Amino acid sequence: MVLVLFLMSAVLLTGCHGSRGLDAFSMPETFDESRNLEITFWAKNDTNKTQTDIYERAIDDFERLYPNIKVNLRLYTNYGDIYNDVITNISTNTTPNVCITYPDHIATYLTGTNVVVPLDELFADERYGFGGSEVHFDSVARDEVVSRFLDEGAFDGHYYAIPFMRSTEACYVNKTYVEALGYTLPDVLTWDFVWEVSEAAMAVGEDGNYLVNGQNVLIPFIYKSTDNMMIQMLYQHGAGYSTPEGEILLFNDTTKELLYTIAEYGKSKAFSTFKISSYPANFLNAGQCVFAVDSTAGATWMGTDAPLRDISEDKLVRFETVVMPVPQFDPDEPKMISQGPSVCLFNKEDPQEVLASWLFAQYLLTNDVQIAYAETEGYIPVTLRAQNSEEYTDYLSRGGEDNALHYDIKIKAAKLLIDNTDNTFVTPVFNGSASLRDAAGQLIETTVKAVRRGQTVDEAFMETLYADTRSLYRLDQGGVSASGETDLGPLPQTAVILLVSLAVVWVFIIVYVVLNSKKHQKI
Amino acid sequence: MECRFFLKCIDFCPVVEYNVKVWQSMGILFGFLRETKKRRMKMKKYVALILAFSLTLALAGCGGKDDAGSDVKSEGVMTHAEYMAAAVDEQVVVETYVQAKQSWWDNKATVYTQDKDGAYFIYEMACSEEDYAKLTPGTKIKVTGYKAEWSGEIEIMDATFEIQDGNYVASALDVTNMLGTDELISHQNEYVSFKGMTVEDAGNGSAFMYKWDNSGTDGDDLYFNVSFNGQTYTFTVESHLCDNTTDVYAAVKNLQIGDVVDMEGFLYWYEGVNPHITSVTVK
Repeated sequence: MVLVLFLMSAVLLTGCHGSRGLDAFSMPETFDESRNLEITFWAKNDTNKTQTDIYERAIDDFERLYPNIKVNLRLYTNYGDIYNDVITNISTNTTPNVCITYPDHIATYLTGTNVVVPLDELFADERYGFGGSEVHFDSVARDEVVSRFLDEGAFDGHYYAIPFMRSTEACYVNKTYVEALGYTLPDVLTWDFVWEVSEAAMAVGEDGNYLVNGQNVLIPFIYKSTDNMMIQMLYQHGAGYSTPEGEILLFNDTTKELLYTIAEYGKSKAFSTFKISSYPANFLNAGQCVFAVDSTAGATWMGTDAPLRDISEDKLVRFETVVMPVPQFDPDEPKMISQGPSVCLFNKEDPQEVLASWLFAQYLLTNDVQIAYAETEGYIPVTLRAQNSEEYTDYLSRGGEDNALHYDIKIKAAKLLIDNTDNTFVTPVFNGSASLRDAAGQLIETTVKAVRRGQTVDEAFMETLYADTRSLYRLDQGGVSASGETDLGPLPQTAVILLVSLAVVWVFIIVYVVLNSKKHQKI
Repeated sequence: MECRFFLKCIDFCPVVEYNVKVWQSMGILFGFLRETKKRRMKMKKYVALILAFSLTLALAGCGGKDDAGSDVKSEGVMTHAEYMAAAVDEQVVVETYVQAKQSWWDNKATVYTQDKDGAYFIYEMACSEEDYAKLTPGTKIKVTGYKAEWSGEIEIMDATFEIQDGNYVASALDVTNMLGTDELISHQNEYVSFKGMTVEDAGNGSAFMYKWDNSGTDGDDLYFNVSFNGQTYTFTVESHLCDNTTDVYAAVKNLQIGDVVDMEGFLYWYEGVNPHITSVTVK
């Protein structure tokens, strides 16, 4: 009987351990290279075969340096799928070891206990950290990582991610059409200029076609990521979005004013979005767009001579493409978002496995990987060592030499970010920041759809829009927090009763065991 | 009518399946009773009874199988012609029949539907997981949403739906000879077939690629090129519609350049025709 009770308690205690999560990662004394380790790397590529090849080559090279580590690659084409799969796998402790992700997503992963590895100790370790003496490759020193980008992975008092690549958004302009409409591009694109030219482009001829392109299709201004659009507009205005503590400020009067303006041009169809119409590149390259805003990481799709395209050859229209920063409210104080993939490590029972993951993550910051990957799109390397290398500066200097590796638009997009790194910003990261970002975009999408469908956008509409969006993205529950650990408040009464009952049962069991034991001793 | 049609009926119609079982039972009875004349007489009665019964069931089955033959639209519901004439962003209400389901995620379903006059692709319609399970091929639904166009694909978005009585599974329309003509787009999203097309190099020296640029892995969309009358077209096995456990996914992975194939699928559009293939047969 005693044995049974002990077994039961052991099982129960094991269960408690499981629900608590893993122990916090503890840095091993040394990396045991006599043991074979297998790690999984979940990565994202921009449906770009060259990027896949670079990941595979990086893994091959790393495995040659560390023959005891095997890296399994799993590829995704969007961050959302990675996020969903990670969330699903946290409960079964089958997360990947290394994962390309957004800091916003990491904040959600952090709601589990010890799920994501804090990197501070790993950064600083003399042997295996940045520039570590025992690392088998020429690891970058901490001060060689662009500090602005490195700090994007710091929240809740720790570093949880290292940057992998950085991009921003660019406005790809059909300069030929701007000039045909009688305008001259300013040095810095402003919202007023973009709206004005877009509206002017809507003029239609007697044949029903648009005068500027002679076609029956035209979206003068199209935006790929409307969450970025709203966030950048608010930051440029100095208006509220959220606080670092996770307070939601999005639903303010400035947002409303911006939505009224967007509604005006959405109604005239001078403005549309990717979700409503399709990829900006398809319209731009077919001569059906004047201003197309998309990531600099999508630059190889933009322009008449773009090496990647989805439309057929016969639909291509020849025009001059200019790459400019996103439109601004104050040309003297340009502000644009910093984005791009980061890398986080998931905690495992075996610290050696975590250390192997860290070594691989560090390998992704070496020049071979950084430069090769940056050259696939309008990304820039996140290390100064790569940015200042002869190889990379030579690459940047050769824009336009060909329409493949040295595609002019792609290199101009990369330069745009290099020149504007100090003008970039990131939004605060907290549990719920990913939902807030989605909500920011949804406000624009819903407003544009509404006016296109003949609905009136007025105060009543705005009130409903705010309420519905808060509800849809659960921003009305006060559940967001900067720490990643939500304060759930005092225990509900039912939970208290249950816990007290369990304690009472355990007391009875223990009393029974003790009495029974004494009884046996007497016998 | 083609044999394919009857086979499809057997696949989809439980009543016809019952008839098959009845005939199988009859065969067994025949085996047991063949010795005596008396038994032969008895057998005739059984056969007559069974034939009469199965004929009744078959007629009833046909009625349930294809309600679209008398597909009168309810009040306030558009015909397919009216739907096609509606402007983009206009609210549309249609009664249609589920032909295949592409995906369900976050209480949103993407579905290929069709009535006897044409097809309706419904993108991310509000749908619970429980209701999604009810959307079997043939199920009649009334859909209220907004007409949209995305890269040439005409679809209904932001829709809600209700399940109605009725059942219709479209047979595949052979559009092989319409390839490269303006007529093809009038059958957009319909269940169609392509006959005698030749598999070409997908661009990587193989008969297919994972993703459009060969950047994917097993489980991703399959892209393959097929030609007819000297023109080459890109067809897709859409991995949400037919994942890597399906016969069509395996069949495309086994294709060889030069194979002549018959295919069925949905006439999806993305910057031009981009059929989502559901079956491939090498001839």
